Amino acid sequence: MDNLILMMAPLFSSKLLLVLLFGTLFGLVLGVLPGLGPTTGGALILPFTMTLDPLSAIILLTSIYCAGTYGGAITAVLINTPGTPAAAATCLDGYPLAQKGEAGRALGMATVSSTVGGIFSVIVLVFFAPILANLAYEFGQPEYFALAIFGLTMLASIGDGSPIKNLIAGAFGILISTVGKDFMTSIDRFTYGINELSVGIGFIPVVVGLFAISEMLTQSTLLDQVFKRVALKAVKLPTKDDYKKTWKTILRSSGIGSFIGVLPAEGGTVASLIGYSEAKRFSKNPEEFGKGSVEGIAGAEAANNAATGGAMVPTLALGIPGSATTAVILTGLIIHGVRPGPDLFKEQPEFLYGIFGAMLVANVLFFIFGFFGAKLFARITLVPNKILWPMIFAVSVCGTYSLSQSIIDVWIMLFFGVLGFFMRRYGFSVVPVIIGLILGELVEGTLRQSIVIFDGNWLMFLTRPIALTFFVLSLIALAFPLIRSKKNKKII
Amino acid sequence: MNNVRDKKRANKSLPFFFTTEFKVFFTIILVSTILLISTFSFDTVPPILNRGIQPATFPKGLLVLIIALTSIIYYLSFKKPWKKEKKLPKPFFLTILSFIIFITISKTLDFFLAISVLSIFVSYYWGERRIFYLLLVSIIFPLVVFIFFEMILGLRFPPGIITNLYYY
Repeated sequence: MDNLILMMAPLFSSKLLLVLLFGTLFGLVLGVLPGLGPTTGGALILPFTMTLDPLSAIILLTSIYCAGTYGGAITAVLINTPGTPAAAATCLDGYPLAQKGEAGRALGMATVSSTVGGIFSVIVLVFFAPILANLAYEFGQPEYFALAIFGLTMLASIGDGSPIKNLIAGAFGILISTVGKDFMTSIDRFTYGINELSVGIGFIPVVVGLFAISEMLTQSTLLDQVFKRVALKAVKLPTKDDYKKTWKTILRSSGIGSFIGVLPAEGGTVASLIGYSEAKRFSKNPEEFGKGSVEGIAGAEAANNAATGGAMVPTLALGIPGSATTAVILTGLIIHGVRPGPDLFKEQPEFLYGIFGAMLVANVLFFIFGFFGAKLFARITLVPNKILWPMIFAVSVCGTYSLSQSIIDVWIMLFFGVLGFFMRRYGFSVVPVIIGLILGELVEGTLRQSIVIFDGNWLMFLTRPIALTFFVLSLIALAFPLIRSKKNKKII
Repeated sequence: MNNVRDKKRANKSLPFFFTTEFKVFFTIILVSTILLISTFSFDTVPPILNRGIQPATFPKGLLVLIIALTSIIYYLSFKKPWKKEKKLPKPFFLTILSFIIFITISKTLDFFLAISVLSIFVSYYWGERRIFYLLLVSIIFPLVVFIFFEMILGLRFPPGIITNLYYY
């Protein structure tokens, strides 16, 4: 009961409610614009959160996450281009249905299933995050090391891109985290006499570079691209018949999305693809998929929004990000002096339940904004790239500079922008770099401390049951894509 | 099926060092090797103070892993060549050039002048010709961003010929 009251706190604070409203609207705008999204948007807004208290800052980031994930569906349905990667599966049926003159019905189904998926995942978060946090009390350094390794190997199993390339990108992310003074001995590594590098490479320049600047370069190669827009009169709530057809799909996808979200390093993109394919597998009319099936829209949208709450579970309970956007939220927590983990649940329940409540409200808000404002948000895509991207560049540069007031950070951002462009061009996903960077210190720190504990005997890892379980799971995660690729022939 | 065969044939007609796969493989291996060599110049901790492993051991392990995995993807690319990418268009190179101009101006003249020059350059070469919009992206918007960061976040931007007019 106390927790329920704590969850309602954002509703009774005008400041928090204002932050939520802004976050939801901003998230929708980011979600609608192809190439941007909650990860880039969260990274860009992170410097602005410094003016806010920790709860407001994290509420702002989480509301952007929830609304941004949904916003991608609007562009997916109307212009057949996913606003966010998580909405890619929504295009498959959303756009064909819109082409039949039923854009309002397609968006209505996307809005309802996104909201149900999102609310379902918040319930999962409320119940499972404290359980996982309690389990974490059993974790020592070796267990955390094994868990971080599990998180990294998950990138190989179900991340986008090829498994080996994802592993290379993940290892590269960890390597970036080793730049600067070694935290145990203060010895410089990869600094090459540049003083600014001795504090390490910041998270924000890398994220903004890999997402925003590399996307700007991608857009420079797509200037002749023409979007075919479908007209939208108004968003329509699904009919009774639609509900009958889809309620099982929505619930199933909500469960799938929440589960996939909980897995370290995975997120909405994978969840929506699995949600969509499962919806097709269980459907009585699988032949309608790809031609404008409402079940297809429901399956993808419920799953990707359900992944938002799921991804927050390991982020808050263990400090291991569940997705690229939660890696940004994790950075936000650390910047504001909040250390995620089991102690957070004991010491600051009002903070955590405030976040849970805010996520719940954000899901209701994007339903309202989506239902009444989708037509308006769709107009944002009319802003031409030749105006939009120079503006995004200005914000990216100032935002990156503002965190440490270092011009070197801006150059690092540009370097990672160019690198990110070529990585994507040659099939290397940039998400593992982000996850690797944020997990890098944890991986190295826990490994080195474990070796000290074990007195240099590496085999002692195998005497710890929880660590051993994570290592076995890591092996399964590595073996899974190899088995799958035998069918799909996609290893490289 | 035919496409795969065509791709294989297309790649086979090129010397191996011209293929995308080799270029990517070579670049990663070259950079990783240089970094790996540089780890040998890291300071070492005397054995009496050393707790666990040396600071260079972990990066070394990562670089060896990257080299090994890169070799695997290159080997696998013989069986399944990568998708052939389209040639990069002129605006891409101009955007990269604008980044270089940005770095040069921000280092020598002014941070905000650099943003304005990049914005107008990119916007123009991406096809914008209307004066109002060029002014919007190059002057009005950066000015709004400057004032916002200055006033709300209390940020002090690096000195330069334009920024100094505001500060002094």
